[in-house]
Amino acid sequence: MRGRERRLGLLYSLPVSAFLALSFLAPILLVAAFSVMPPKVFSLANMPDFSAYGEFLTQGYWRSVAWSLGMALAATLILFVLCWPLAFAMAKVFRGFTLVLTIGVVMTLFVSENIRLFGWVLTLMKGGLIEGYIRHWTGVGYDGLLYNVPIIIFGLVYVYLPFMLFPLAQGISMVPDDARQAAYDLGATRWQILREIELPLASPGIVVGSLLCFVLSAGAIAESKLLGGQAVIVIADEVETAFTYGQNWPLGAALAMVLIAIVGGIAIWGIAKADLDAMIGRRR
Amino acid sequence: MGDMPILRINALTKTFDDFTALHAIDLNVHDGEFLAIVGPSGCGKTTLIRLMVGMEEPSDGAIWLRDQRIDEVPANKRPTCMVFQSLALFPHRTVGQNIEFPLKLRKVPAAERKARALELLALLRLPEDYYGKRIDQCSGGERQRVALARALAFDPEILFFDEPLSALDYRLRKTLEKELRELHLRTGKTFVYITHSLEEAMVMSDRIAIMRAGRFEQIAPGAEIYARPSSTFVAEFMGEVNLFDVSANAGDLTLSGRAAGQFSGQQGTLMIRPESLRILAPEEAAEVAVSGTVTAEYLLGSRIQYAITTAGDKSVTVEVLRENGIDGGPGTPVRIGCGASACHLIAEA
Repeated sequence: MRGRERRLGLLYSLPVSAFLALSFLAPILLVAAFSVMPPKVFSLANMPDFSAYGEFLTQGYWRSVAWSLGMALAATLILFVLCWPLAFAMAKVFRGFTLVLTIGVVMTLFVSENIRLFGWVLTLMKGGLIEGYIRHWTGVGYDGLLYNVPIIIFGLVYVYLPFMLFPLAQGISMVPDDARQAAYDLGATRWQILREIELPLASPGIVVGSLLCFVLSAGAIAESKLLGGQAVIVIADEVETAFTYGQNWPLGAALAMVLIAIVGGIAIWGIAKADLDAMIGRRR
Repeated sequence: MGDMPILRINALTKTFDDFTALHAIDLNVHDGEFLAIVGPSGCGKTTLIRLMVGMEEPSDGAIWLRDQRIDEVPANKRPTCMVFQSLALFPHRTVGQNIEFPLKLRKVPAAERKARALELLALLRLPEDYYGKRIDQCSGGERQRVALARALAFDPEILFFDEPLSALDYRLRKTLEKELRELHLRTGKTFVYITHSLEEAMVMSDRIAIMRAGRFEQIAPGAEIYARPSSTFVAEFMGEVNLFDVSANAGDLTLSGRAAGQFSGQQGTLMIRPESLRILAPEEAAEVAVSGTVTAEYLLGSRIQYAITTAGDKSVTVEVLRENGIDGGPGTPVRIGCGASACHLIAEA
């Protein structure tokens, strides 16, 4: 009976598995194959050539990778610090209001990311909502708040907030109230409870939220283009440029593969290192 | 057990919005005693223990630990500790790390911490190799001991227990009740134990405080409360009991000898425990006697319990050894009785 159920389960999962294989693995394999083609070819019928990877190293594309990873890391850290109190309140303090807050945050996702970022451009630009009013009322203006690295990080924080908030709230809800109270009763301060009890026990949510935010931020492009005005060039921008204006598919593919390898490696390392079951005491 | 109170509670009141959980209660806990606070669900015992450990702030009144007023001292600064109902062990830490946790907070050196943890493992009869075990590898009873070891680690003045045995199966609970009693005797610490189980309280404690609706009904040693309850609530809470209104129910009870002198014409309720009553022979005299008909019988191992309905349609419970039981089942007329010393008059307003 169990064997039959297993076979049936495999059979039922076949269409989804095939779809995932086609939609996820096939493009990656295709990009991987293009990354080892000679420069500026549009066919896979060529002898493998690693010159695109050489170009990554020699043409300074690593700087774009560093900017992307650095800003992703900064955004992830800021999001963690920013979301922790709110997620804590959602999981432990607010009752009915948690639902209102959830709906409010989720509703922001109903509007396109580009439109929301354009909203910020109109708000922060010279002559925009803030600067325009200030100049109108005081007669003193300034150059606007756009086109720099902090504003790109602000954009990443703004766009990816739900991806940190909800996993974090889920993680914090896994921390038993009794464990926190017991630590307090045993002499722990608020800070010690956070460090010794809450952070380790909420770690599954922290790891998931951080990975989501980091991976999405590392591959983000709209924030640097719209808010940053390409003050710095991120790797996703370089990939797009190589595939479109540059007409150099192998270079674009190689840059994409580098990004996939770095971000995927960090994600796998993070998950393996985090050992979530052990952190929350469920390891067999 | 010293006579000097280690903990004094004066007129302690706790209100939640318009609900009063504790009504200006007073309590003295003696140094080294095992005090059980017992009461039905919702009587305020958990609120009381949370106030005593500092998890709640009183609305009024004071709590003194020796000569220091502690009701405004936060829980993490009090020299007391609580064993939670859920035990609240930290699942991400090993047994040793759990036990060492309060010592680590107090910056005790690692070697000293480990030595203390091993000492406590030995005290709680856990093997030394449990030091490195994960919590999920321990059984229910072992977790109980780890929680106790952790609570004892920093040598608190008083150990509070919030129904820590309630989730365990019967056999394990019975074993741990005795172990807890032994541990109390070995450590000489003051234990304050909250439970809804009277049996637990009777087995372990020196004194029992019975709570009802945010007030103490009676505080005394278990045997005294059992034999001489201060109210019909306490009498009924302490186990099965037969209660007779002596002023209004003389028709059912026949009082003679000392019993007539002691109880006739009194205002109140006469309490007789089922095991104090015996089946009387046809012509046998007893200071307190009542006639009726057996309506049901229940076998309780070596003992047998009868439900008897009197002429006044009152139900009386009698519990006797099986060899002293009656011949014949339900429907058998019977006389039961006891001496005056087995009765207790509860004079309630």
